This record gives sequence, structure tokens and C-alpha cells, in this order.
Amino acid sequence: MSMVIITINGKEFSAKTGEMVVDVARKNGIYIPTLCNMEGVIPQGSCRICTCLIDGRTMAACTTPVSHRMNVETNNAELEKIRTTIVELLFAEGNHYCPTCERSGNCDLQALAYRFNVLVSQFKQIFPTRNVDAKNPKILIDHNRCIQCKRCIRRMGGSGKPAWFSFKDRGHKVKVNIDHELTADFTDEMAQKAMDTCPVGAILKKEKGFDVPIGRRKYDTEPIGTEIEKEGAKL
Amino acid sequence: MSKPVVATTSLAGCFGCHMSLLDIDERILDLIELVEFNKSPIDDIKTFTKECDIGIIEGGCCNSENVHVLKEFRKHCKTLVVIGECGRTGGLPAMRNNNASITECLEEAYLNCVSVQANDEKIIPNDDELPMILDRVYPCNEVVKIDYFLPGCAPRADLIWNALVALVTGDEMNLPYEVVKYD
Ligand code: SF4
Ligand code: SF4
Repeated sequence: MSMVIITINGKEFSAKTGEMVVDVARKNGIYIPTLCNMEGVIPQGSCRICTCLIDGRTMAACTTPVSHRMNVETNNAELEKIRTTIVELLFAEGNHYCPTCERSGNCDLQALAYRFNVLVSQFKQIFPTRNVDAKNPKILIDHNRCIQCKRCIRRMGGSGKPAWFSFKDRGHKVKVNIDHELTADFTDEMAQKAMDTCPVGAILKKEKGFDVPIGRRKYDTEPIGTEIEKEGAKL
Repeated sequence: MSKPVVATTSLAGCFGCHMSLLDIDERILDLIELVEFNKSPIDDIKTFTKECDIGIIEGGCCNSENVHVLKEFRKHCKTLVVIGECGRTGGLPAMRNNNASITECLEEAYLNCVSVQANDEKIIPNDDELPMILDRVYPCNEVVKIDYFLPGCAPRADLIWNALVALVTGDEMNLPYEVVKYD
């Protein structure tokens, strides 16, 4: 595999051809906010939170492979505005009652809103009518909180095997569908993996919740991305 | 110079935000030095007796009375600050917005709920004196212009304190990461 040199925020780094910008940045301690992207899962570039200025153009860093002498700017006022707007749109588009949500404090969408210091959304909430699917013995799907990132579909089930999760319908009606037959014998581990795959509180493991007290949850004291940035400070 | 005048109200909220305001502990003594309270459940002044500098709103609008009070606040206060999730987003009362009609809500509250015990005549209150319930719950900024929002359910006492002091003194608002939360 050949190596290339790329510049991120004015500093040069070497990377393998084929690697995505977001992964190279992470390895080098530079945090690019992501939501639909997950390490080890084939990227799809749908949420656009990771939008960076790449060779002068706004591109999704999770689906842009590095190339020799590429120049990446990960953050500036305009990019932060784009990202904040996406977060605000996602809040307006679903039904996010954070105080009632088992995922609150550990939720990536909420954490991004905290990181961008969103005190109120500039968009009017839609309050769409959505339901909760609790038929599976181990997990429940709360469509009110689903951001259609497809992480569950891409990560759970696996190649060759029939899909456990899939999309149903189109456009603004699109929703995640769980195959109840195939997932009837879900183990606790599978349920946990499904919950951990979802960046928000749309997939929850049953019979457990609110087990970490306020103040000790993942994003209570430090913004999302701090871990990566701390690694970067050590390099 | 006279002290800045503050008014507060709880609309479609649970009074949790007001509890959080009291949660500033002994700083309440400093607060009384800093500001004068007008219409507020804290001092039980029921109607505006003067124009105010800062209006603090808890809760969104779920009925006609909430809308009326909120508009009064906009009229009498120079700066309006919404505290809490209900005023900011509709909050828990807005859970009826996406999956229940008013009829369903009223029937659940007065007829069908397991805790309904003494309503043999199956009465749903409908007196002229009662405010009309709205078609859905509205966040405050869908009704009047709001100047500042302080999230939280309830907002951390330190967040309210920091913001209030900044507004009164004109200093920059210091909102540390740990105190700006949606729950
Ligand atoms: S999924 Fe996240 S943003 Fe949505 S209600 Fe839960 S904690 Fe809030
Ligand atoms: S259920 Fe979760 S992981 Fe699946 S698409 Fe919705 S938000 Fe993404």
C-alpha cells in the first residue's frame, strides 16, 4: 500500500492511500465531528456533520479518500455553522425529549449540540407522528429519536446474511425496520451491540436504563471529541 | 441608581425551574441585593405593578392563559429569558404534540387513567372560567420573541445564577460546559 502526504490544518501527515480523511485525522489526534460515521463500518456520508474544506471545497471527510498533497481544513466559522445547522435540523425533524430519554448524557446528537453550544434551535419543531416498536424481546426501537443514520443497518447482520435491520418507505417517511423473525432469538450481547451502534436513543436494550447517575455520564463533563483531542495533545 | 426589576412566571412547566432558581442557596441574599422582584410566584405579586428589566419564563404554552401571561411579559419586560426545556422546546408537555389529540388527552386525564377514582358522571371540566387548552403545546419562541434561552430540566442553578448576574451587571455571560445540559 503506497503512502501519501496530506496537510490537515497546516500540518503535514502521512497516510495510506484509500484511507478516509476522517480516519487519518482521528489517528493524528484531530477531531472531526461525525454522526453517521462509525469506525470499522463502511462509510456512507449521509449526515454531512464531518463536512470539511478539502482542497478548497466543502466535502464529507468520512467518504473522501486521501490523495497526495491534499489540503484539509477541519474547522472554521463557516464549517461550524454548517454543522450546527445540521444538528438543529435533526432536533427539529424528530421528537427529542431529552429529559425522558435513556440515552441522555451518552447521546452523540445531544453531545454535538453541547459542543456547538446550541441553546435553542433556529428551526420550528415538526413534531412528526412516529411510534415505538417494542416487539423484540431484548431491544426496543423508538422511531421518534431515529436520525436515519443507517448505522444499525450497516453494522448489524453482516454481509451475506439476511439483514436484521433495513429501511422501509422513502423520503421523509423512511424508517428503520427490524426483522422480528430473524431477531427473535437476539442475545444480550447482540442487543448491547445494537444499542451501542446507534448514536442516539433510538435502539435501547430493554430492562436497563438510567443506570449511570447524572454527572458521570459520557458527555457530562467533557465535550464529544475530547478523547481524540487529548491523544493529539500527547503526540 | 435603582435596582433592576425582575419578574418570573411558570407557564406549562412543573415549577422545577423555579426550584432550581432557589437552588442558588445563600446566593439568594446576594440576589436580593442585586435586583428587585415584581410579578413572581416567589414574592406572590400577581400583576405587574411596574415595567421590568428582566422577565424569566418557565414552561411553554399549553393553554390560552399561558399565551396571555407570556404576551404580558413581553409587553412589560425589556429582556425575556426562557429557562428550561419546556419553554425552550415544549418539553414534556409537548409529548402530546406528536401522538395524541386533545380529546385523547382529556379522556385519559379525566376518564380512563388508572388513578381516576371519583368521576362517576364522567365529567370533563369545561367551565367558561377555565382557560382553553391549545391544539398543541408551543415553545415560547413560537409565541413571542425571546432574547435568551437557558436549557436544562431543570437548568442547573449555576447556569441561572451566572446568566442572571451577567444580565444585571452587563458582564459577559459565562456558561461553562458542565452546566449547559438538556436534562
Ligand atoms: S436521542 Fe439524544 S437528542 Fe434525542 S432525546 Fe435522546 S438524548 Fe436527546
Ligand atoms: S436506529 Fe439508530 S442506528 Fe439505526 S438508523 Fe436510526 S439512529 Fe441510526
